[in-house]
Amino acid sequence: MTVQGASRKKLSVSAWTRETSIDVTEGPKCWKHRFGPSLLGLHVAYWAKHENRFPSVNNSTEISQNGKWVGQSMPRVEDPTLLRGLGRFADDLPTPANACHAAFLRSPIAHGEISTIDTAAAAAMPGVVAVITGADLLQYSAPFITGVKVDAPQYALAIDRVRYVGEPVAMVLARDRYLAEDALDAIVVDYQALPPVVDPVAAVDAPALHPGTDGNVLHDRYFRYGDPEDAFATAAHVVEGTYSYPRNSCTPMECFCVIADYDPGADAFEVMANFQGPYTLHTIMARSLKVPGNRMRLKTPPFSGGSYGVKQAVFPYVVALGVAARIAGRPVKWLEDRLEHLAAATSATNRVTTLRAALDVDGRVLALDYDQLEDCGAFLRAPEPATIYRMHGNMTGAYAIENLAIHNRVVVTNKTPTGLMRGFGGPQIYFPLERLMDKAAARLGLDPLELRRRNLVPTAAMPYRTAPGALLDSGDYAGSIDRAVRDGGLAELIARRDSARAAGRMYGIGMAVVVEPSISNMGYITTLLSPEQRERSGPKNGALATATVAFDPSGAISVAVSSVPQGQGHRTVLAQVVADVFACDPGEVAVATEHDTAKDPWTIASGNYASRFAGAVAGATHTAALQLRDRLSLIAAADLNIPPEDVAYGNGRIFARGNPDNSLPLGRSAAKAHWSPLSIPDAAGAGLRETAFWNMPELAEPDEGDRINSSGAYGFIFDYCGVEVDPETYAVRIDRYVTMHDAGRLLNPMLADGQIRGGFAQGMGAALLEELCYAPDGSFQAGTLADYLAPTAMEIPELTILHDQSPSPFTPLGAKGLGEGNCMSTPVCIANAVADAVGEDLTTLPLTRSNLAEILLGEEAPESASASPSTPAPTPTLVDGHALHGSGGTLVPAAPVEVWELLLDDTKLAAVIPGCHALTMTGENAYRADVTLGVGPVKGRFVATVALQDLDAPRSLRLVGGAAGPLGTSRGEGWLTLTETEGGTQIDYTYTVQISGKVAAVGGRMMDGAARALINQFFKRLVSQVDGREVEPAQGLLARLLSWLGIGP
Amino acid sequence: MKPAAFDYAQPDTLGEALALMAKKGEAARICAGGQSLAAMMNMRLATPEVLIDIAGLAELQTIDIANGAIEVGAGVTQAELLAWPKLAEFQPLLAQLLPWVGHYQTRARGTVCGSLAHSDPSSELPLALALLGGDVFVRSQRGHRIINAEDFQVGMMATALEADEMIVAARFPLARPATASAFEEVAQRHGDFAIVAVGAVGNKDGVRLGVGGVADTPGVVDLTWPVADAALNDFAWSLGGADDQHATARYRRELVRRIGRRVIDEVHNALP
Amino acid sequence: MRYLEAGKRHTVRFTLNGRAVEGDAEPRLLLSDFLRQTLGAFGTHVGCEHGSCGACTIQMDGKAVRSCLLYAVQVEGKALTTVENLATPDGLNELQAAMQKHHGLQCGFCTPGILMSLTQLREEEPNADEARIRDVLSGHICRCTGYDGIVKAALDVFGDVFGKN
Ligand code: FES
Ligand code: FES
Repeated sequence: MTVQGASRKKLSVSAWTRETSIDVTEGPKCWKHRFGPSLLGLHVAYWAKHENRFPSVNNSTEISQNGKWVGQSMPRVEDPTLLRGLGRFADDLPTPANACHAAFLRSPIAHGEISTIDTAAAAAMPGVVAVITGADLLQYSAPFITGVKVDAPQYALAIDRVRYVGEPVAMVLARDRYLAEDALDAIVVDYQALPPVVDPVAAVDAPALHPGTDGNVLHDRYFRYGDPEDAFATAAHVVEGTYSYPRNSCTPMECFCVIADYDPGADAFEVMANFQGPYTLHTIMARSLKVPGNRMRLKTPPFSGGSYGVKQAVFPYVVALGVAARIAGRPVKWLEDRLEHLAAATSATNRVTTLRAALDVDGRVLALDYDQLEDCGAFLRAPEPATIYRMHGNMTGAYAIENLAIHNRVVVTNKTPTGLMRGFGGPQIYFPLERLMDKAAARLGLDPLELRRRNLVPTAAMPYRTAPGALLDSGDYAGSIDRAVRDGGLAELIARRDSARAAGRMYGIGMAVVVEPSISNMGYITTLLSPEQRERSGPKNGALATATVAFDPSGAISVAVSSVPQGQGHRTVLAQVVADVFACDPGEVAVATEHDTAKDPWTIASGNYASRFAGAVAGATHTAALQLRDRLSLIAAADLNIPPEDVAYGNGRIFARGNPDNSLPLGRSAAKAHWSPLSIPDAAGAGLRETAFWNMPELAEPDEGDRINSSGAYGFIFDYCGVEVDPETYAVRIDRYVTMHDAGRLLNPMLADGQIRGGFAQGMGAALLEELCYAPDGSFQAGTLADYLAPTAMEIPELTILHDQSPSPFTPLGAKGLGEGNCMSTPVCIANAVADAVGEDLTTLPLTRSNLAEILLGEEAPESASASPSTPAPTPTLVDGHALHGSGGTLVPAAPVEVWELLLDDTKLAAVIPGCHALTMTGENAYRADVTLGVGPVKGRFVATVALQDLDAPRSLRLVGGAAGPLGTSRGEGWLTLTETEGGTQIDYTYTVQISGKVAAVGGRMMDGAARALINQFFKRLVSQVDGREVEPAQGLLARLLSWLGIGP
Repeated sequence: MKPAAFDYAQPDTLGEALALMAKKGEAARICAGGQSLAAMMNMRLATPEVLIDIAGLAELQTIDIANGAIEVGAGVTQAELLAWPKLAEFQPLLAQLLPWVGHYQTRARGTVCGSLAHSDPSSELPLALALLGGDVFVRSQRGHRIINAEDFQVGMMATALEADEMIVAARFPLARPATASAFEEVAQRHGDFAIVAVGAVGNKDGVRLGVGGVADTPGVVDLTWPVADAALNDFAWSLGGADDQHATARYRRELVRRIGRRVIDEVHNALP
Repeated sequence: MRYLEAGKRHTVRFTLNGRAVEGDAEPRLLLSDFLRQTLGAFGTHVGCEHGSCGACTIQMDGKAVRSCLLYAVQVEGKALTTVENLATPDGLNELQAAMQKHHGLQCGFCTPGILMSLTQLREEEPNADEARIRDVLSGHICRCTGYDGIVKAALDVFGDVFGKN
């Protein structure tokens, strides 16, 4: 077989960094306005390639050495700690000695009413401190606030009803996690199953998941910009496609971790969690815990094991643990495990989009019309439905398209609630948009690149206001594409395709053009409200960032920011930024990255998400450092006996411009502010600590026409790739992948490339491998990292990275976000290439081998007539949706009446079930059995209920039932027919069974075989029994069948 | 995700281990490398009352050539067999197939016999045993027996082992002169459970094809040269296969035909 | 026969990074938990507890193994090495330094396991090529880096029998 990546010969450093270093002494016109007077007179080393767009108006005085560190690929200061294994992650932090440990009981089924929860046995188990159910939680917790006002309350634990597999139902607190999990197995929950709805299209007309809502569409709005109807009416061509983007997740390697404590004296919570923001959620947590924000102290650890947005979703657990600590009267710790994470943490939204494009004869796109159906899972959990609005301003992509129609509907289904995810909202629009561009190119007979070129936002139009309101800040899209075509070797790739095709191979080229937004407007989500509703609730806007820079008494520099790092190298970059301001070595700058809402500055926009670090957080840090330097200069001027404007910085010293001998060590004057506050100029103020709050005036609330500049900066990406599809296995091999980024000024190119590579790997995974699969019955199927397929070093191909740097005129350092872009561009770029290779319109992801096979395989060769019969075809089922089916037969050496008698006699039945701990009759021909069953080493205790129906003695009967236990639940039906034959009775059977819960999540590939194994055991046993032979010693054969499959008598 | 409580036994001799098994029966579970069992225990899919750790038993650590077979003791890891210098010479199929078993880090601990006892339908080693017509040497306090590959794996994760029995060695027949073998596997990612694993061993008369990952147990068929497409097709159908989230039954059968053809050709070309 | 009863704590002794250590463990206590919680050696990380992610990889008696698939009681008398052992008093070792140089880590959560696998591989196959390195790395999941820097770091130190680095 072909293994992706296995045949690569060598690696080369393949990033061509194209950067033109030009000093622009004055930034854009709004520069002064934004920073106020403290920036006046400062030189800003500004890397620009379109200097004509940022005209120099004013010659400022150069201080010195600015830009020495920023822009360098400086190695990370974080690494020596991490490489020694000394990084302090959440689970490495001290746990209070009196803490207890929490474990969650989770719903095994997708949808059902909770009839009863019996916690008595669990509460009595050794080491158990408390068992908490939804009813207990209700006393101390209010529902989470949501962006859409609907009556579909969500709490940290399920109340009355479960709506997705993995939903927390109860919480056990115990001395340690092992004991807590022991007690989980002893909680008995009775569910009344309700029909699940998994498919968003089906959800639109399905019964409402939430009794308080009118159906499952919880949000429905039309938007219209320009005159789309006219454009479609007059267009030369209209192309249309329906695309569905699947559920996936970036699955950080570190799972969630929370330690919560409650002080009843102060009625205050103190929580440590590896939360990442946005801090809008802090308000939601505090409200849900029924305390004001200042009594919900939230601390984050200094290191986080990845997030990519995902750790936003720890917030419901902060509330759960807060309530738990309150009930237990002691601190409580919870560390999420991987099964919990995959099943129930969060997910990207899956979305079904029908997109239409109107084009003129030349291939100019006149209008787009999106019909988006967004699936947010069981609840609209904050910040949802943000996924569908994050890209609202840039729904026209990198194209200048004046007319736009958008229909947004958000549905709830019986799946895990969705939330932040790297690329947030991006892949869901670029997958349809860029697939459709290929389709349009084919329709018009145009080269796909040429079609895209004809529609790009022109360079001269920058900054460009899109129809839905984004202000695309800078870029030379056409120029970047030209350079990528040239430097990435597109011509050669095309030649490779031609020769591969000439040799009969399936080779394709795909591309994608993407605008990557960063620094979210805190008001974008209010686009979902009507202008009247917005008017009533007041404006939401901005993207306030904050940073603090200080000198301590030793004269050393510290920086603190409210952006919790997850591997992006915050400490390194901020040290670079501040070192440039003070012209010192970055090693002299200490950056603290843990955050404490009680003590550190923060805003609702704080946090590490929406690619706001480089643009906003580093920018705020730069601003704070400049403010601090202005004050330090006043002190130093007095010490050096020179006017403040003559103070210069260099090599860790402060000196007089023009007379470097008149100098002081950098820290000397700074220390003076601490040691001799009476001796410094009054104007320098007390204490050398500056906290800057930085905002973007461009980020206004939506206007009355629903136009919204949803993000502060917009990078540009052009990707193309060549792929080859193995004609036998349909494995996709990425032959070459080129990604061109223009993310403004790069603060640290090495880290920038690291972000791109990481985003690419996740994008590639989304394209080819990753899916949080649900069966149609709502059972979750990707419960382990052997089922959720993140790419490994064998799958990731070589990546060619190219850069352009058009600084953002709107961020302090000219930087834009760039870490999310490939999560937006790569899935569709690969899909376009695979579509080109196989010649099919691919409308969904991931393009696994088997999924491609479904599309590409023709009619299967039938079995030859002479062959012995194989597995019979599945029989129709009475169980809704997906189920395991089977049928077979066996000969029992006894007359039908004897067999019949055995099946209907409960005492006989119980006697022949070795693994049956108890069998009780619950009604006529209805039983309840307590059984142990399993296959191989897998064993579990179950409670099974079975009813025998449609009795036609001694000919046929129907078995209906279910089983439930810690390993999961099942329900099913079976039909048995007895036919008298020469040797006794021929029993023929068919069965249908659905299995949900843990066994389905972690053992999906085994379920069918397990069902068969149990059936076989059953009949073997039945034969033995009527035959009077010795019953084999294995336990619970019939019982296993009874309960696991829910079909036994 | 923590295991349920269990007693841990580390016998000093095989005899002690067998005595304990005789006493504990179904409640006990043998652990050699534990690369499958411990994961299942951590998820509480498996909850043995007693874990009998045989990894330290020196008498099970041997790789020998005896009775026309490579005898691999129950304590031998997959990595050790793979690193055994004579492997490629005496049984090239094993040398071809072992790198596909798990990952470097799990092969370092996972044993050959443990993989056979676990009998995952997608595992490579049960397929090798079936394809080569090997057997397992089984001991209990009651005595010993030798179980042929075809009788050993009776279903998915189910073997012919009685509750008091354990495998002490697996025996893979030595490659015969003038034979050739080939192995190929299709998985989603390198090191994943096989969607389909296909091995073949042939001589001038014909070829034996073995497939894992499709049926509940490895499927084996003997075919004579020239191998007709229809024979491969019938074999594919005979395996059945089921849909799961990773692959459809249809795709699996197709891979049996296609990869089957590929390994058969490879064997054919490699024959002297 | 060593027979350790469930629910009771038993003393376990072994060598960790060259030093004799001991602690009490129930039979079911995972080695990864024992290292982290009992011994306070937090360098070994846990990402899945089912043997799939590689974060918990350590060296045991000259093999790279998953510490989440071992119980603490199983390592009695063994010699274990974890990430904390790699750096010298003078600083990072070659592999660690190469990881920093090539930006082979971002969040650093997967890193300890990867370092231990590569350390073991280097002891066994100092000249391993890129294909082999990737094969061994495929037993690890890194969600941050896309593996590029890790592979480059490894290539820097493998095949370097003369210690040019
Ligand atoms: S934690 Fe051990 S392999 Fe993932
Ligand atoms: S560096 Fe974050 S998972 Fe590898």
